[in-house]
Amino acid sequence: MSAIPFVYNIESVRARWTSAIVAVLGIAGTVAVFVAMLAMARGFEATLVTAGSPENAIVRRAGATSEMDSIVPLSQLRPIEDAPGVARAGSVPLVSAEVVVVGALPLKATGTDANVQIRGVSPRALDVRRHVRVVEGRFFKAGLPEIVVGQNAVRTYAGLDFGSRIPFGGLTWEVVGVLDSGGSAFDSEVWADADVLNQAYQRPPGIFQSATARLVSKEALAEFKRTLESDPRLTVQAESEVEYYAKVSRMITNLILGLGTLVALVMGVGAVFGALNTMYSAVAERSREVATLRAVGFGVGAVVLSFVAEALLISFLGGLLGCVAVLPINGLTTGTMNWQTFSHLAFAFRVTPALLAWGVAFALAMGLVGGVPPAIRAARLPVAAALRDL
Amino acid sequence: MKFLPLVLANLGRKKIRTALTLGSFAVALFLFGLLVAIRGAFNQGIDVAGKDRLMIINRTSLIQPLPLPYRDRILRIPGVTAVTFASWFGGVYQDEKNFFPQFAVDSETYRNVYPEFAIPADQWAAFLEDRMGCVAGASLVQRFGWKIGDRIPIRSPFFGGVWEFNLRAIYKGQRAQDDLTQFWFQRKYFEEKGPPYMKGLVGWYVLRISNPDDAVRVTKAIDQEFANSAYETRTQTEAAMAASFVKQMGNIEFLILCIGSVVFFTLLLVTGNTMAIAVRERTAELAVLKAVGYSDRFVLGIVLAESLTLSVVGGALGLGLAKAFTAGGDPTGGMLPVFYLPPASLAAGFALALAVGVASGVIPAFSAMRLRVVDALRRV
Amino acid sequence: MVRLGRGAANKGLIVARDLDKKYVRGSEEIHVLQGLNLDVDAGEYVAFMGPSGSGKTTLLNLLGGLDVPSAGTITVAGDEITHLSRRRLTEWRARHVGFIFQMYNLLPVLTAFRNVELPLLLTHLSKAERRQHVETALKVVGLQDRMAHYPRQLSGGQLQRVAIARAIVADPTFLLCDEPTGDLDRKSAGEILDLLDVLVRDHGKTVLMVTHDPRAAERAQVTLHLEKGSLVESEAVPA
Repeated sequence: MSAIPFVYNIESVRARWTSAIVAVLGIAGTVAVFVAMLAMARGFEATLVTAGSPENAIVRRAGATSEMDSIVPLSQLRPIEDAPGVARAGSVPLVSAEVVVVGALPLKATGTDANVQIRGVSPRALDVRRHVRVVEGRFFKAGLPEIVVGQNAVRTYAGLDFGSRIPFGGLTWEVVGVLDSGGSAFDSEVWADADVLNQAYQRPPGIFQSATARLVSKEALAEFKRTLESDPRLTVQAESEVEYYAKVSRMITNLILGLGTLVALVMGVGAVFGALNTMYSAVAERSREVATLRAVGFGVGAVVLSFVAEALLISFLGGLLGCVAVLPINGLTTGTMNWQTFSHLAFAFRVTPALLAWGVAFALAMGLVGGVPPAIRAARLPVAAALRDL
Repeated sequence: MKFLPLVLANLGRKKIRTALTLGSFAVALFLFGLLVAIRGAFNQGIDVAGKDRLMIINRTSLIQPLPLPYRDRILRIPGVTAVTFASWFGGVYQDEKNFFPQFAVDSETYRNVYPEFAIPADQWAAFLEDRMGCVAGASLVQRFGWKIGDRIPIRSPFFGGVWEFNLRAIYKGQRAQDDLTQFWFQRKYFEEKGPPYMKGLVGWYVLRISNPDDAVRVTKAIDQEFANSAYETRTQTEAAMAASFVKQMGNIEFLILCIGSVVFFTLLLVTGNTMAIAVRERTAELAVLKAVGYSDRFVLGIVLAESLTLSVVGGALGLGLAKAFTAGGDPTGGMLPVFYLPPASLAAGFALALAVGVASGVIPAFSAMRLRVVDALRRV
Repeated sequence: MVRLGRGAANKGLIVARDLDKKYVRGSEEIHVLQGLNLDVDAGEYVAFMGPSGSGKTTLLNLLGGLDVPSAGTITVAGDEITHLSRRRLTEWRARHVGFIFQMYNLLPVLTAFRNVELPLLLTHLSKAERRQHVETALKVVGLQDRMAHYPRQLSGGQLQRVAIARAIVADPTFLLCDEPTGDLDRKSAGEILDLLDVLVRDHGKTVLMVTHDPRAAERAQVTLHLEKGSLVESEAVPA
């Protein structure tokens, strides 16, 4: 079976571009929304996941669902520090006992208050979290009311600029540094000395919520975990930091993905209708051409293939257009609320090649659905009658 | 009217195309309804906020508590008519995924400040008598299949252990936007079973004032009263509190507006194109109508009528489907407090459909109107 | 009697004086009709012939109020139509003219009945009255048993008959036919021409027909030729 040359389809689309444009735009719009929602979900997830390092383990009380409802008292800290696999700087174990609280600060954008996540950490925190660096100023000194602020937090909240003083919890804190954690969740946080923070929030001293340990290697996690969880003195759970953050992000990521997919699907149905409309009218307008092709000797299969190919061409163009239209949002920072901690989290839309591929695939799927029924109709046009019209 | 058969016949010319265009309208308006419901879910807190209610939280942080003795001092502030308090429990029922808000409430005063929740008197009495009793919203009950008298175990990661409650009452709302996913239990039980450091502390206060216009004065008065203490307060109207939550969730409105615009723009294109094609195909027929004696204005009208019929029927279909979909409740299985379509939105959607119907039909209608018979017939 | 001169004394049903029609194509001016004069009495059957592009259809369009002349006047039943507004012209057309085209031009989405009913929807007749008129018209053309058929279910000849029924249903002052048999086979063409004869003879209709077909022209009482933009009489057949 010889196929109708594709150039016929290209020329047809060009000749009827006003009609094709409608289908193209419909598909482009759907793909753009689809990719944007996926990018939002991925971006949110990535922000949280990149907070974790594969070589870090986070230890919380057994049964805790997040950091905030966990308790790790001082007494349990020593066994954690001494567990096998913990990296050391000299003889000092790289473990950061942490406390997470929420503070209210006005958003620069709206002036209304938003909850900012304040993390009390060990003064060694930067050694534990190697991917976080100080890009302006310095890290806080132990025991002082000093804070370092993530670079997104500086942009998001009023009053956190480098050098400013800000009162909360009965103390006045000075912003002594700005952190860059590579776009992860920590960029939306404010860090302070855990002991000083405990005091300010009137929490009993020496009670932390979690301990993050830097391990000598990824592989060391298994033994580290086993040792701690089987120790009768402790009631803890240990897991890879990456895994922990993946879990934390799941709820919102799933919500965004769920709602986004629903919206994209509904739009997709509409886009398919638009494509069908375009293709059906194409078939109607070209009934004579099709009859001629048939008379010349092209078979039914060739005709079907040709129209399907044309529908795919249009939807591919639509998919490309949609992807191009949505690309600019890549890296665009927005923010939302992390429901588990009630705090504001800034994240960036993340458009990856994989997402774009999904977008184009979605477009082609719509094109297929929108192209097959009209193609079948084209193939079924009675040749003789159509020729008589000539 | 006597020309209706002509309009309908024209629409029936290419049945599949008419169906597809109807479908496009239906899809667009369905999406409109969906987006309205989603937006409503996010704004729910603002929509139901009592005009005469204020909320007080710890100034330092939402998660910090406030002392119980504050209650009497708040009551003494002029303009305050009722005060209640609650604490966030944050427990897990069976699985972390089954999230719903749980509050330890002051059962004597809670309903004074939240009169909008309807509870049968006998159920409420049973709750008051049972210190392990709990009250659940109608949606919550439906979601988990609870019945009055059920024992409900909830694990507390914050305070440890598994807490058991007896379902004594179910509350319903009076408005479509009311949040029916809450779970309340007795403050006394909370103090009894909870850790010692929680004694004498509450999560937040909610109060009612006699005159909503007084809100600013009372707000200032309260925060003034507790300024420079160990537990400083931050008072806001319920609406402001809810609004700040929504604002933190990001620019949901903008996102929805964007999606909505893309959808309607595309719809306009699709239907406009359909109408244009439909008119182009019928040039000779329209010319014949004019030759027979139908005026230019009539031809304009008939094309518009076709377009409007499609939009009205398709729009009604889409909105009807959306209403049915929202009647099925929250599609996310509990993460949204409400999910419904108010009648005002239905009307707005209908108006939008009409507008698109007119907009998409206007250009083809005008070109049909301007069609010159002699040119058209010569084409044949 | 059909008269071609300008100075004709008695005025007929349809009177055209000094008709000019020109088109501008690009930078050229094309004079399709020049100084054309015509008088047609009531009840006459006139055929217009001439080579392609000679302006036959243009003349028909002008007489039918579908177009306006560049110069000159047209008076029908005492009404001067050349200076009527577009809206008035449309109303006039509805009442006075019945069109029969070469390509039937029925609305494919309507049944034969509804197609014929179309001109009546512009009047104030009640539904029952309309029905009566439509049935009568269909009976005249012999298709009353095909009322509920759609155009796609009818043959070429039948389609043209429905078109004729539509043209006469509102009892117009005169009928204009543009190549009515052009698309038909011989037998059907004959039937149509017979029908037109009936309309003229038995119902006293005035018929103006443009045609290529000499057999069609034969049926008319007078055949006029269009040459160089004006009319020339050919052999007149005795009435």
